[in-house]
Amino acid sequence: MAPARVPLVDYLHLEPEPHLVANECRGCGARFFDRRNACARCGLTDFAPAEVAGAGELRAYTIVHRAAPGIPVPFVSAIVCTDDGTWVRSNVVNCDPTPDAVGLGMRVQLTTYPIGADDDGTEAVAFGYEPV
Amino acid sequence: MAARISPDSVWVLGAHMTRFARYPDRDLIDLASESAMGALADGEVAVGDIDVLACGALFQASGAVGQRIQKQIGQTGVPVYNVANACATGATAIRTVIMAIKAGEARMGLAVGAEQMGKMGLLGGGAAKKEKKVFEPSGRYGAVTGVDGRLGTETMPGVFAQAGMAYAHDHDGVGFEQFARVAYKNHLHSTLNPLAQYQKEFSLDEIMESPMMSYPNTLLMCCPTGDGAAAVVLVSGERLASMPAHVRKRAVKVSASVLTSDPFTEDCHVQPDVNTLTRNAADQAYEAAGVGPDDLDLVELHDCFATAELIHYDNLGLCEPGGAGEFIDSGGPFRDGATPVNVSGGLISKGHPIGATGVANVFEVTTHLRGEAGDRQVEGASVGLAHVIGLASACGVHILEKAAA
Repeated sequence: MAPARVPLVDYLHLEPEPHLVANECRGCGARFFDRRNACARCGLTDFAPAEVAGAGELRAYTIVHRAAPGIPVPFVSAIVCTDDGTWVRSNVVNCDPTPDAVGLGMRVQLTTYPIGADDDGTEAVAFGYEPV
Repeated sequence: MAARISPDSVWVLGAHMTRFARYPDRDLIDLASESAMGALADGEVAVGDIDVLACGALFQASGAVGQRIQKQIGQTGVPVYNVANACATGATAIRTVIMAIKAGEARMGLAVGAEQMGKMGLLGGGAAKKEKKVFEPSGRYGAVTGVDGRLGTETMPGVFAQAGMAYAHDHDGVGFEQFARVAYKNHLHSTLNPLAQYQKEFSLDEIMESPMMSYPNTLLMCCPTGDGAAAVVLVSGERLASMPAHVRKRAVKVSASVLTSDPFTEDCHVQPDVNTLTRNAADQAYEAAGVGPDDLDLVELHDCFATAELIHYDNLGLCEPGGAGEFIDSGGPFRDGATPVNVSGGLISKGHPIGATGVANVFEVTTHLRGEAGDRQVEGASVGLAHVIGLASACGVHILEKAAA
C-alpha cells in the first residue's frame, strides 16, 4: 500500500490531479487562499470554491541566498499569475536558480514534489511551478 | 510674519535625531529621551508646554515606552499614545500628534520614534520549524509544516526584491544595474551625513559583487539593523503666532500629513502591494499641500532596499510613468539632480531603527528647509517630502515647507 499523502497547505488538492482551490467571491470573483469574513474587494459574504488554472506566467521572482536557519538556499521565490488571473506565491522548481535561467514573464506550470514524511510515514507534498 | 500664520496650520517647531548606530551601552529609553529633550531644546520649549505625546517603538510596542520617556523628561500627566504601524510607526506617531492639534485637543505635542535592534540580522521569514512528528494542518492555510522557503519567501530582502522585479517585468530599462545604482547613490550621499550609521562610499562594482541576499538585492543594497531615536515638537499655527520671532523663523510648515493603508488589488493576497497605497498617499498629500512633484527640492523616501527606492520614484511621481530606470540612470535622484532623493544616505546607509525612521526623515527635511544641514545641505530648499511604508501595509507621507520669510 502506498504511503498516505498530505498536502503542505489545505488549498493544494492532490486528487484527481494536483491543483489549487481558491475561495472565490460570488459577487466580484476575487480569489483568496484563506477564509475571509467578507470579500476584501466588494464586501460580499458569499464564497464558493474555484479550481485554479495550473498554467501561468512568472510575474516576479527573487533568488533567495540568505534565509532563516534551516531553510535550504538558494531557491527561486515566485509570484505567478495563472491563466485564469489568479495570483499565487510559490517557488520555481526544476530550474537552475540563476538570473540567466529564470526569466521574467516565462511560462510555468504547476507541479508537486514530496518534502518528507512524518513518524507515521505520511508524506507531505508541496507545490511549485516549473518552466514549460 | 505672525499675521501670515494660519491658526489652523500645524508646524514643526523643534526636531532632533541621534546618530543612527549601535549603542550596546545605552537602552531604548536613553536614546528616546535624548531625542525628546533635544527636540524640546531645539524648539525652545519645555516639557510643560507639551499637551500630548505620541511614541513609536515597534519592537517594544507593548512596553509603554511613551510613559517611560515621561519618567526621564517630566511626568506632566498629559495623554500618551503608544503607536505601532510596522515601518511607518514613526510617521504614525507624528500623524497622531498632528490629528490631536487639528482636532483642537492640543496646541503643542511631541512625537518620538525610537528603536533598539542591535545586530538583529535578517527580518521576516520564520526559521524552519522543527518537523512535527505527525503532519497536522494548522493555521489559516492548513499548513502541515513551515512554508517559508517552500511557498516563496517571507524575508524582507526577498519580498522587496519581488516588488522591484514586478516593476522590471512591467517596464523597460530596469535591471540589476539600475537597482545597484540606487545603493551607490545612497552610500555616496551618506558620506556627508555625520548622523548616518555608515558613511562610506562604495563603487557600483563593489555593490553588485557584495554577497547576494535575495537577487537582485545584494548586502550593500539592504538597510542595516541598528539603534537610534528621533523626535519632533509640533505646534498649532495659533500657538506659534504668539512665539518669539527667532523661534517662528525656524518653524517649518506641515503642508500635508497623510496616512494610507493598502486597498484591495488582485495580487495583494500573495505579495504586499507597496505601490497603490504610496500612490494614494502621494496624491492626497500633493492635493492637500497644493504642490506637485516638480516643486519638491528634496525627498526622503523609504529605501529599505534598493529595489524599493526605485519603484517609489514612480509611485511618488518623481519620474515619468514607467521611467524609474531612466530616472536613476540620468542622475535625477542624486544630490545634484532634478529631485535629490535620500541625501541623508537613506535607510540603506543612514540606517533604519524602525520606530525612529519616520521621524528621522521629517527631521532631515526640516533641517534642509531651515538651511541647517551643513555639508549635505540642498541649497535653497523650500519644499520637501518625507515618505515611509510599513508592510501589511501603512504608508505615511508628509510634505513640509519653509516658512515664508
